[in-house]
Amino acid sequence: MAVRDYIRQRFFPHLWCSGCGHGIVLNGLIRAVERLGMSRNEMVMVSGIGCSSRISGYMDFHTLHTIHGRALAFATGVKLSKPELNVIVPMGDGDALSIGGNHFIHAARRNIDITAIVMNNRIYGMTGGQYSPLSGPGIMATTAPYSNIDQGFDVVEMAKAAGATFVARTTTYHVQQMADIIRAAILHEGFSVVEVMSQCPTYFGRKNKQGGAVDMMKRMKADTTPIGSKAKAEHPELIERGIFVQLDKPEYCSEYNRIIERAMGGK
Amino acid sequence: MTRQIKFIQGNEACVEGALYAGLDFFAGYPITPSTEIAEHLSRRLPQRGGKFIQMEDEIASMCAIIGASLTGHKVLTATSGPGFSLKQEALGYAVMAEIPCVIVNVQRGGPSTGVPTHVSQGDVMQARWGTHGDHSIVALTASNHQDVFAMTVEAFNIAETYRTPVILLFDEVIGHMRERLEIPEQGEIPLVERLRTAVQGGVDYHPYLPREDGRLPMSDFGDVHRYNVTGLVHDMWGFPSDNPKIVHGLLRHLVDKIENNANQMARYKTFYLEDAETVLVSFGSAARSALHIVESLRPRGEKIGLLELQTLWPFPADVINQYCNAAKYTVVVEMNMGQVCQMVKTTVRHPERVFLANRIDGVFITPTDIKNILRLIKGKGV
Repeated sequence: MAVRDYIRQRFFPHLWCSGCGHGIVLNGLIRAVERLGMSRNEMVMVSGIGCSSRISGYMDFHTLHTIHGRALAFATGVKLSKPELNVIVPMGDGDALSIGGNHFIHAARRNIDITAIVMNNRIYGMTGGQYSPLSGPGIMATTAPYSNIDQGFDVVEMAKAAGATFVARTTTYHVQQMADIIRAAILHEGFSVVEVMSQCPTYFGRKNKQGGAVDMMKRMKADTTPIGSKAKAEHPELIERGIFVQLDKPEYCSEYNRIIERAMGGK
Repeated sequence: MTRQIKFIQGNEACVEGALYAGLDFFAGYPITPSTEIAEHLSRRLPQRGGKFIQMEDEIASMCAIIGASLTGHKVLTATSGPGFSLKQEALGYAVMAEIPCVIVNVQRGGPSTGVPTHVSQGDVMQARWGTHGDHSIVALTASNHQDVFAMTVEAFNIAETYRTPVILLFDEVIGHMRERLEIPEQGEIPLVERLRTAVQGGVDYHPYLPREDGRLPMSDFGDVHRYNVTGLVHDMWGFPSDNPKIVHGLLRHLVDKIENNANQMARYKTFYLEDAETVLVSFGSAARSALHIVESLRPRGEKIGLLELQTLWPFPADVINQYCNAAKYTVVVEMNMGQVCQMVKTTVRHPERVFLANRIDGVFITPTDIKNILRLIKGKGV
């Protein structure tokens, strides 16, 4: 199937600002799904609120655009009630890890077979540039006019600690790697987390004098390195990208099916 | 075949009703005094291939049942005051996206943590207006376990018929009290199943285009129709819109589909109302005491009767008018500060003849309490 068959063309051009990284994530996601050859009828995309969450409306899947932070909780209901569906949950950093932080860690803990994509641009874009739990100290935002003093989460470390069985990081600069990683995440049986570092030139870039979209993407190339690279050893401040965790552990819906077997067996 | 007879708690009667109605997915979070519903369903649902999940919080439970409803299942969550507060945003989502689902609130004393193990009926208005924005809601209640069973089945039927969340507003006394329940045989109470679209794959399906009879056929996630569901105002395909005509039309549809069918949804019971000059209006466990006092005053020649409401929302105004307009005294018996009483006053022809008999101290209102208040109202002193 052609790439364009996966999108709802009548809604284009999309609502994201020019230079926004989220369109690149959409691209990587479609290419991953296209290579998997999955039927659109077995794909469900569940999203919350924010710029990133609007990605669901553009995909020609079953799409559930929900409320802020709760996408994973809705997705858990979809998946557990019909485990044969493939469930993908794109979220922004604030959506996933601030208001939705509790659902994030508990979905990871259960190891339910859902693919969570955290589109991390380190800012609340839709409301106009407030700091998020991924902004980190020293960042300027409309709610941090004297610079941010909040420490930031590390999405990868958090997902690992919470029990996600597939954890990866990539960026909008590394679009080929992004498609490969999302494909592997969808194939993984268990809770998968893919952090995609994305750029918001409109708010994060402008407030923090990082230039336009191209400058921000070049910075992502310069600031990241493959996991375990020589460069990481020499420059520990570099951010690693690639697949950090890929574990085979009991998946929630499969385990629940065993509960059903036990319950039906009597006693 | 003989009917199965049980001696159980009201919470378990609710479980029996839900299973009878075809429940196959429950998500919940422990909270007194509703926890027994989750406990029983964790055992019962997998025995019939259904799913039970204890979510990380009340919000997640409400969200999960909405997700599961969209894959074509009958879904339920159960909670009490604080949890009911937490569910309100997602409840509004279910109103907006027109998702059939049932929410049990076994009421306890509030506000806040309140008196968790004591009875109250203080969430009547929260059930109506707890979520933000103009909307309508359906809320049912019951005063005994046979009716808890019946109203639970009714809740699922209404949820499917009108594509709406339905609230079951029970209370601590009903939830925890044990009494007899006779479980009807399958088929005795009609069940409304999910109305699915007849539109074939490849043909444009409109998830939000009502049929002539007002019903909106659904398509399960995973089936051939791929559509969008959102809490934003949306068009007939489910895609966001801020077109004023669409905004206005959707809001009117969401309210009208409930309010215009208020009489169809009105469930109530009448006791000794034929010649009643004093009409007690009550619901839930308070109606038990109300009935008791009616039946003890009747032999003494007092013309007193009881109107027991089982549908609280949409408010059964026609029923209230029919039974209360000619009464000398209408006395609303409830365990709150007059939430239904206010509604009755705004409904009847003579609001000055409407009085409140209540308790708000977490103690179950007794027939004696009601008798004393009746004497005060009639100027006889206690």
